[in-house]
Amino acid sequence: MSTLNKEDPKQLVKQLELWEDNEVNTFLNKQPEREDNFYTLGGFPVKRTYTALDTKDIPIDDIGLPGQYPFTRGPYPTMYRSRYWTMRQIAGFGTGEDTNNRFKYLISQGQTGLSTDFDMPTLMGYDSDHPMSDGEVGREGVAIDTLADMEALFDGIDLEKISVSMTINPTAWILLAMYIALAKRRGDDLNKLSGTVQADILKEYVAQKEYIYPISPSVRIVRDCITYCAENMKRYNPINISGYHISEAGSSPLHEIAFTMANATTYVEEVVKTGMDVDQFAPRLAFFFVGQADFFEEIAKFRAARRVWAKIMKNQFGAKKAESMRLRFHCQTAAASLTKPQYKVNIMRTTVQALAAVLGGAQSLHTNGMDEAFAIPTEEAMKIALRTQQVIADETNVANVIDPLGGSYFLENLTTQYENKIFEILDEVKEKGGTIKLIEEGWFQKHIADFAYETALKKQDGQKPVIGVNKYVEENEQADITTHPYDSTTADRQISRLQTVRATRDNNKIEKLLNELIEVAKDERQNIMPITIELVDAGATMGDIVEKLRTLWGTYRENPVF
Amino acid sequence: MGLPIRVLLAKVGLDGHDRGVKVVARTLRDAGMDVIYTGLHRTPEEVVNAAVQEDVDILGISLLSGAHMTICPKIMQLLEDKDAADTIVVVGGVVPDEDVTPLKEMGVKELLLQDTPPKEIVARLEKLVEERGPR
Amino acid sequence: MPTSSADLVARLKKGDLRAASRLMSRAEAHDDETLNSLGAIYKAAGQAHIVGLTGVPGSGKSTLVSKLVEGMREDGRKVGIIAIDPSSPFSGGAILGDRIRMTNLVMDEGVFIRSMATRGSTGGLARSALTSVDILDAAGFDVIIIETVGVGQDEVEIAKASHSTLVVSAPGLGDDVQAIKAGILEIADIHVVSKCDRSDSNRTITDLKVMLAMGINIAIKDRDGKPLWQVPVVGTSSETGEGIKTLIDTLDKHRNVHLNTELGEERLRQIAEYRTFKTAEDLLRNRFFKSTNKTIKNVVEQIAKRESDPFTASNDLLKKIAF
Repeated sequence: MSTLNKEDPKQLVKQLELWEDNEVNTFLNKQPEREDNFYTLGGFPVKRTYTALDTKDIPIDDIGLPGQYPFTRGPYPTMYRSRYWTMRQIAGFGTGEDTNNRFKYLISQGQTGLSTDFDMPTLMGYDSDHPMSDGEVGREGVAIDTLADMEALFDGIDLEKISVSMTINPTAWILLAMYIALAKRRGDDLNKLSGTVQADILKEYVAQKEYIYPISPSVRIVRDCITYCAENMKRYNPINISGYHISEAGSSPLHEIAFTMANATTYVEEVVKTGMDVDQFAPRLAFFFVGQADFFEEIAKFRAARRVWAKIMKNQFGAKKAESMRLRFHCQTAAASLTKPQYKVNIMRTTVQALAAVLGGAQSLHTNGMDEAFAIPTEEAMKIALRTQQVIADETNVANVIDPLGGSYFLENLTTQYENKIFEILDEVKEKGGTIKLIEEGWFQKHIADFAYETALKKQDGQKPVIGVNKYVEENEQADITTHPYDSTTADRQISRLQTVRATRDNNKIEKLLNELIEVAKDERQNIMPITIELVDAGATMGDIVEKLRTLWGTYRENPVF
Repeated sequence: MGLPIRVLLAKVGLDGHDRGVKVVARTLRDAGMDVIYTGLHRTPEEVVNAAVQEDVDILGISLLSGAHMTICPKIMQLLEDKDAADTIVVVGGVVPDEDVTPLKEMGVKELLLQDTPPKEIVARLEKLVEERGPR
Repeated sequence: MPTSSADLVARLKKGDLRAASRLMSRAEAHDDETLNSLGAIYKAAGQAHIVGLTGVPGSGKSTLVSKLVEGMREDGRKVGIIAIDPSSPFSGGAILGDRIRMTNLVMDEGVFIRSMATRGSTGGLARSALTSVDILDAAGFDVIIIETVGVGQDEVEIAKASHSTLVVSAPGLGDDVQAIKAGILEIADIHVVSKCDRSDSNRTITDLKVMLAMGINIAIKDRDGKPLWQVPVVGTSSETGEGIKTLIDTLDKHRNVHLNTELGEERLRQIAEYRTFKTAEDLLRNRFFKSTNKTIKNVVEQIAKRESDPFTASNDLLKKIAF
């Protein structure tokens, strides 16, 4: 029984009927509603209004209190009353030095955590002088080939003091190894480092498509990151299990969460197989979701995600510690919702999405720059995006009450609907043979492609209004915008450092270590992290390591679904 | 008897964002065209080889990595070298406004950027093939 | 001004692959001017080993083809591939994705890949696919593989219209029964069980062998009663490369039996018959629907009014063609 339900249900049913017959009908006769049926962006039907009847079947324990199982109302009991979410604007372009300057600027503007975007060659494991890297070095993110680049990237930044997130996947373990090697050189305590490496490879096969090796060895690498961090870096999140990219690839918000949970449970299963106790690593598993446009649906989505995760960890994996059941997430507003036409309107979109993230209890937040439909953001665009968060935090008072929408008939109902649907999908995944099998069969990808296609058609016929694109369009609009310039000297500067490293290192040592790497890779019981740390410390490039392992593992090739 | 328009859709370079290219593939198929998809992470050489062998009317290049000013000139040159300059080249994805003119000058016939409605994509491609005439 | 098809044919005979790909488009378009040139191409062809490959969806055909071709390239043979995928029954369009599984071959000058759509029942698939084979044959390719999904009648027949027909099965698809239903098991000269790295592949191999022993595929014997060809079952794995070499050897063996026995002569006659029939059928269909001839219109009108019947009328029409 819910405490929300003080009213006598029978009386309430009657009251509703009378209301429909009288007040509602009178108004409908004067003017019909805008639509016959209303839906959330994710396709959940919504009613005219919600009452206690819609929450009466929700167990009160499922709602609970902040910081209490199942954490529907928030992972912590004091939430933003003690500390605001981490304002973490992602940055990355050019060389390590270039991004280092942007980092220092963002810190000077009040940013409280760092987040690094890497260029495509770094993400995909190519050195900057590889033919595949042509035209892409330092363009969409910072270029990292060797530890020397990492030193430049974090020059003058105290890694024990600020948390650093690295958005990288198939090559995540190499970047993590560089980060560790750098910290060791500086004499930092690994247990004091905080931050996250994304390292969520499964969603790459499903959505973002940054992968190198076949699924099985790739998941093993993730497993190794998780166990290494659990044993050596107690404050560090070794993975950021992401729905964001699933959403950006076109999925519904429901599938965003459900598929992320399917991936997350797969990782947990893999680590548990090594014999590690679930409570030893689960507290450091972190999540990453998108903040989309449908305000209440997003808040319900975040709340449901926390509840589902708590139940999975407790019931399926037998976790004992509250920290293992408590879902913490980073949120980024939806890049795919940004438009080129009337681009300044993007600030409004981002603001509302950010507010949903805050009301949904996010632990850290990135707000997109208004110009990101053109190119990576300028410093000015990033400043406004950061200020957006600061306004929400400091001027609106929304952070003063925890889960202020908790108890809303509508929101609690939608939260529970989300929970139920997510579990239904997870059951279906199990029934059909599990996450990895379904990735290979393109099952997740098909769902995503279908929703993306539907969305495109709905935008086309105006069913999904997008201001400036299919509604309130301004003819002959000229964008007066200065975008982030690409410095054409980047590749040369980057390649010259890469070549210096290659020329000055001990190549025999690298050769010997690479052969050791292969032996470690062949033996699944071993952890790939220590040898990788040794390699990067000795001056091995990302390409050296990736290509060596490619000889053993080969390359993944997807069977696309449409 | 007219054949369906043949289109090669290619993801060139390292970026794997394929939401757009997949929506386009489906749109064109549903409009009755034959769509050959190359898969991800292809090089300009691979794409042009495929376009030549498949003798497509249209080569559609999807790029969200910002590398279009490096990749497109290579593709145009290779088409020329392989006696396939009559292939209609269309670019889709994220392209800043200032790059539109240079791309058109190098021979790219159309840019289909974010939020182009599916029907309009079909219409523009049909028009391009019609303007080209028989070959 | 478009190049004339005759010019393209001249270029083709010198091995110009750009001409080959353009000619394939024109042949597929039933372009009249090109049809006149196709005879010359047919006569110039006839050297290549044509391999038909079919199997149910999901049996790993394209990946197998890519490995097979890789193997054939090791001894320098030039290989053409015609990959046929189904068209959408709703729009007639198609998404052709076989190339994705053959990316290892794209940069190889000695490999030519062409994707085709089935285009429903009226598209003249057989004629255009086999014409494309001729074109590659005339351009000097040593082996030409036609890959089709073994579902529709046409697709199965096309795979059969080759010198050597491979039928691919895979473990775990529950496909053995389905394959029989589709009637494709009988057409195999060689059975391939793909994905043999999987533990359940042995069962599929055994199932096939049992079925063959039960006489579904009766070996053709020579005059002395010695079997000319026993249909073998070859297990392959595109993952590990297992069985690919054996498959190539088996194909070569089949080719040799063909070149040197009456089995091959008979097969060539069957193919010629099939092609003649399909081409005639196509021309007839085209002529019928394109016709502005009043006779056909009148006949149709009469049949609609039940004044005549389709049987008599068709007979009368066909009488006008002298066989």
